Amino acid sequence: MIAIQADAIMKHYGSRAALFGASLAVRAGTIHAVVGENGAGKSTLLRVVYGETRAEGGQLSLKGRAVPLGTHAPRDAIAAGVGMVHQHFMLVPTLSVLDNVVLGREPRRGPFVDVRRAAAEVAEVGKRLGLEGVDRPVEELSVGEQQRAEIVKVLWRGADVILLDEPTAVLTPPEVVALFEVLRALRGEGKTIVIVTHKLDEVVALADETTVLRAGRVVGEFAAGTAADDIARAIVGGTPPVDAPAALTPGDVRLEARDVAIGRAVRGVSLSVRAGEIVGIAGVLGNGQSELMLALAGILRPDAGTIRVGGRRGHIPEDRHARGIILDFTLAENLVLGRQRELAMWLPPLAPLARAALARGRVVPPDPDAHAAELSGGNQQRLVVERELGRPGLEVLLAAEPTRGVDIGASAWIRARIREAAAAGAAVLLGSSDLGELRSLAGRILVFYRGRIAAELPVAEATDERLGAAMLGLSA
Amino acid sequence: MTRLAIALLVAVAVASALILLYGESPAHVYALLLARTWGDAYGLGQVVFRATPLVFTGLAVAFAFRAGLFNIGAEGQLLVGSFVTGIVGAALPAPVAVAGSLAAGALAGALLAGIAGALRARFGAHEVITTIMLNFIAQALVLWAGREAFFLPETVHTAPVTARLASLGAGTAASTAFFLALAAAIACHVFLYRLRPGFELRAFGASPLAAQAAGISAGRTIVLTMSASGALAGLVGAGTVLGYKGYFEEGMGSGAGFMGIAVALLARNHPLAVVPAALFFGTLAQGGLAANALVPKESIEVIQAVIILAAAGRAR
Repeated sequence: MIAIQADAIMKHYGSRAALFGASLAVRAGTIHAVVGENGAGKSTLLRVVYGETRAEGGQLSLKGRAVPLGTHAPRDAIAAGVGMVHQHFMLVPTLSVLDNVVLGREPRRGPFVDVRRAAAEVAEVGKRLGLEGVDRPVEELSVGEQQRAEIVKVLWRGADVILLDEPTAVLTPPEVVALFEVLRALRGEGKTIVIVTHKLDEVVALADETTVLRAGRVVGEFAAGTAADDIARAIVGGTPPVDAPAALTPGDVRLEARDVAIGRAVRGVSLSVRAGEIVGIAGVLGNGQSELMLALAGILRPDAGTIRVGGRRGHIPEDRHARGIILDFTLAENLVLGRQRELAMWLPPLAPLARAALARGRVVPPDPDAHAAELSGGNQQRLVVERELGRPGLEVLLAAEPTRGVDIGASAWIRARIREAAAAGAAVLLGSSDLGELRSLAGRILVFYRGRIAAELPVAEATDERLGAAMLGLSA
Repeated sequence: MTRLAIALLVAVAVASALILLYGESPAHVYALLLARTWGDAYGLGQVVFRATPLVFTGLAVAFAFRAGLFNIGAEGQLLVGSFVTGIVGAALPAPVAVAGSLAAGALAGALLAGIAGALRARFGAHEVITTIMLNFIAQALVLWAGREAFFLPETVHTAPVTARLASLGAGTAASTAFFLALAAAIACHVFLYRLRPGFELRAFGASPLAAQAAGISAGRTIVLTMSASGALAGLVGAGTVLGYKGYFEEGMGSGAGFMGIAVALLARNHPLAVVPAALFFGTLAQGGLAANALVPKESIEVIQAVIILAAAGRAR
């Protein structure tokens, strides 16, 4: 049986086509991946199926029943047994998992909410997904557990087709593994899963079938067992750029931290990075690596210890939307953000300055007066990278999750830029939850665990097993 | 823009219904309203006179809002500003009275708002709460100081100033203070969009975290922005004290601080748009008085209310 059949879907945002005759055919009881670069239309396609985004044209049928696209809304999708887990969770932080799950559809006994029945049912679904303690407030849950709560919500509401929009973007590697186990178990129960992602290894590991989108069109459909390279070629429309391994000769120490402590997050960290060297930082989210990066960037003040930064510093912040760019500012304004002191008191026209930088960063659109909010995530990150790395005389680079949520093409470009910066003599500290990225760039990798450096491994010895063990606090 | 036009139509329709209830012809009332405002020199002068304080307070609110700060204490700031303008204007010799008293008024407004800024920067006390409370303190303080020391005996006003701003003529209360207000609007625009500190202020307003990452000090920005905002409100005395009465009087300019919020809202916090927004509200205020001959002026205030509601809805 076909769970979802969408054909010739059209959707424009302004003059830009988000979907141009896209199609999707998902067999019931399978895991179906939708992949493509940022802005390829993956999420839009999912939202059209769920009824959150109204398509301008095309046909859609759910479980064999035609759905009128003109009036299709989420409540119709839910009625048809289709549920969606959004990239940004739709949970009330102060309410318990239980309350969040039943919110708006509370089981009733007379005029009252049947609390006992609700609790029993939600706990049962939670147990199946490995989520215990459904009476805990959502704000006390880890990101992985919050996502689990979203899936519980969708299942409890009776969905047997589950749409997941970039579910792994917010997860650490161990959480991704756990999520995949849950998804496989759900498939075992006969549920249908549609997962949007731009990480190829995930597709290969998980999906029964894969649909590749590029610029709003379907450019490939692959069965399980297809080589990752073939899918990658379909995604970028050519041969993807290859990451060349680093071969660098380090110079003097440019960045040094000595016994740095920050609250309870960082408890005595010492490290040094030499000119031309790339040092990687691995660790499960929340083990102090983010705080250390902010302290090195001069944003957090350490409670103890000393930090020495020799020379001009560039910083790619972990949270792009919060710290990297200002969505309401134009691209030209964003390009001088943090470098405004280099300008005269009476600001020169920013647009001409920006044009060259936008071209170098291959930011689309290369319009200095466009607002950053109009850019896709990958292009926003290109802008941040160009701004931070494009300044002359860069001596220290702090890069936190530089390619998170960024498509393959932009990721390769960003890695190449980081490598160039190091080759030009910058000391680079690279924090990443992508272990493959760390290995492809860094010469040695520091593993953070509970605010301390639990292990330091030369890249040749940094296998997944050893890194993973150190990340979990087991001896490396 | 179209939404605003629709709002204006709805507002006029509601007001027309009210006017009909009073047994008057809406067309007649509106004709009178326009004739007595933009129809002759005197009406126009009165519109300008009423708009002048609103430009200053509108700028005060809009300027702070660009840094993400909500200054609803313009009412108190204009009060201490006007009071100080009156006192200093009477004390200084004529050649320096105008400049000196305006500088003193701006400084007084800046100090009052600066307190709210400092409380926010140092203790995180929200400026909405502190500026409201400072309004009451300002009111009590001015009344007390006036009665104790500065009001002339048996009156509620200060001694006359030694120099005034020139009247715009036609027997109106309007003065060259309006041109000062225009200059202030242009200065705000230039500061925000052409100067580096303005860039930093807007960056802080749009995203405090990103501003911090860009090396912009939050505390400094908050205190300086609030002070500048208070200084703008403190200049209101230019139109009332120096341009019209020639002295400070109890209750002078009251209400303009709160109207400034509506003006800034309508202008979407753009300094240059504050001027037409203030003129619009000035027109309704003056026109309401003219229409009062036929219908209660409250029926014209309905227009103002609906426009404010529409602007507030749009701001979300």
